[in-house]
Amino acid sequence: MKAAATAAVIAPFSQLRDEQLRAARLFLLPMIAALLIVAAWPLLRTFYFSFTDTSLTDLYGGQFVGFENYLTKRELKSGRVLWRGVLADPNWWNAVWNTLYFSVVSVFFEMVFGIIVALVLHQEFKGRGWVRAAVLIPWAIPTIVSARMWGWMLNDQFGMINDILLRLSIIDTKIAWTASSDTAMTAVLVVDIWKTTPFMALLTLAGLQLIPKDIYEAAAIDGVHPVRTFFKVTLPLVWPAVMVAVIFRFLDAMRVFDLIYVLTPNSKATKTMSVIARENLIDFDKFAYGSAQSTLLFLIIGSITILYIWLGRVDLEGGRK
Amino acid sequence: MYRPWYQVAAFYALVGVIVLISIFPFYYAVITSFKEGTALFKVSYLPSNITLNNYIDVFQSGNFLRNILNSVLVATLVVVLSLLMAVTAAYALSRVRFRGRSSLLLMILSVSMFPQISLLAGLFELIRALGLYNTIWALVFSYTIFSLPFTVWVLTTFMRELPVEIEEAAIVDGATPWQIITKVFMPLLWPALVTTGLLAFIGAWNEFLFALTFVISDKTRTVPVAIALLSGSSIYEIPWGAIMAAAVVVTIPLVVLVIVFQRKIVAGLTAGGVKG
Repeated sequence: MKAAATAAVIAPFSQLRDEQLRAARLFLLPMIAALLIVAAWPLLRTFYFSFTDTSLTDLYGGQFVGFENYLTKRELKSGRVLWRGVLADPNWWNAVWNTLYFSVVSVFFEMVFGIIVALVLHQEFKGRGWVRAAVLIPWAIPTIVSARMWGWMLNDQFGMINDILLRLSIIDTKIAWTASSDTAMTAVLVVDIWKTTPFMALLTLAGLQLIPKDIYEAAAIDGVHPVRTFFKVTLPLVWPAVMVAVIFRFLDAMRVFDLIYVLTPNSKATKTMSVIARENLIDFDKFAYGSAQSTLLFLIIGSITILYIWLGRVDLEGGRK
Repeated sequence: MYRPWYQVAAFYALVGVIVLISIFPFYYAVITSFKEGTALFKVSYLPSNITLNNYIDVFQSGNFLRNILNSVLVATLVVVLSLLMAVTAAYALSRVRFRGRSSLLLMILSVSMFPQISLLAGLFELIRALGLYNTIWALVFSYTIFSLPFTVWVLTTFMRELPVEIEEAAIVDGATPWQIITKVFMPLLWPALVTTGLLAFIGAWNEFLFALTFVISDKTRTVPVAIALLSGSSIYEIPWGAIMAAAVVVTIPLVVLVIVFQRKIVAGLTAGGVKG
């Protein structure tokens, strides 16, 4: 009698669960279909193109050439060995170096400034809401617009940056920030750090707000110096939040394109992997070669992502760690 | 807590520096956009000889108004399409336990990490094949790549936080999953939808690489490409006044949005943590 009653309760429950699962499948279908068409398929085609000699003007006329776009060895009659392909291309390695340098330096400064801004915004003071809105402005300005705004400020003849530096006697001749190969990377870094520090600051601030206030009170009562409190209490507790932001930003920086394309066009000192891959794909009619470069960039970013997920930083189930 | 005056002064000085650095470039763009002729090439830090000619030039020459409309249309369509697909997907991902849920979430997260350049060749072929090349539909189509994973991810995070009791009450009352989404969750979720939609809109509004590649005529371009390609007849005649006017025009709506919705934007960025 009792067992029958339990069964009667369980039956509708499992029915409910079946219904839920059916609904879930239906609900996920449009999204999965869209991602397959718009992301997975083009990605596979890019991989495929990288093993062919396809050209931009004849997308379907490519022949399979194996790893020729990546690396091929050719022996001349004189016995000299020539290496060709992306992996033997100094321009590619220059771009790899530029991208890594740009990503590491920009993310490092964004992290430092982001923590400082977050600490300021974490204090209570009059007009905090307005300060936070002001801090968000660089983030909201389209990258292209900030590239052009800064391009004007960094202009060698009429720019205000040179004007200020001259007035303060920090420099004695005007500098062609974006054109000179010595300073082009610095210019790009300044604009990128200016634009993305707000993102870092906000994620760090969210982390700071999770730290219980009584820890600080306890430290204050024990007479711990504020600087010591910061390094021994605040920083270790906020570090996981900072690391998540750092990794997202790093992956984003590795694919930078628009800022460099507009601020320092044609400067070898700043060309990144994305920039030269697009040049080859569209401008130079080396479609297959560009595909190989895009594929390599994908593999690099993919392995960093896997490493990151494997290190277990991603919270997939919504539980607090 | 009592603090000596010099510490308070130092703190406010730091706040002042942060605000100055944040808004000065935009301020400088605004005052430049009001200058013309030789005044343009004299550095000044306060507005002087205000003229609206740069704005008139920008709107009269070329297709700038058209470009703005294109951007609005593309960004709106992308947001609406992504939200439609994301709401149901996020319900399944946050509320229903099924096998492979974590791996699916992981895949969605990885897609949002895809470098866009690695899809460029394949997308170029696909857009050509579908006959979308040089139309704004090419952009609506391709922007789904970053917009959809982002909206799904953020909405999933938001939906997890809704209390289970409400859903259980609805189930007891005999509501189907579809009714739970439309009748129970949507009214609770609209702030999250606004946040997510806003962030996705900004992302689509600012996109450059696809817009530069899949659209080639002046009339179908979006604003970022139009601004990037604004140039004079030679490099010595770059129309800085007009460029700054255009920059101000496309940035003001975003600045207003940021000021009005700053709390929501902060909440969305923290929940997503996906795109900068």
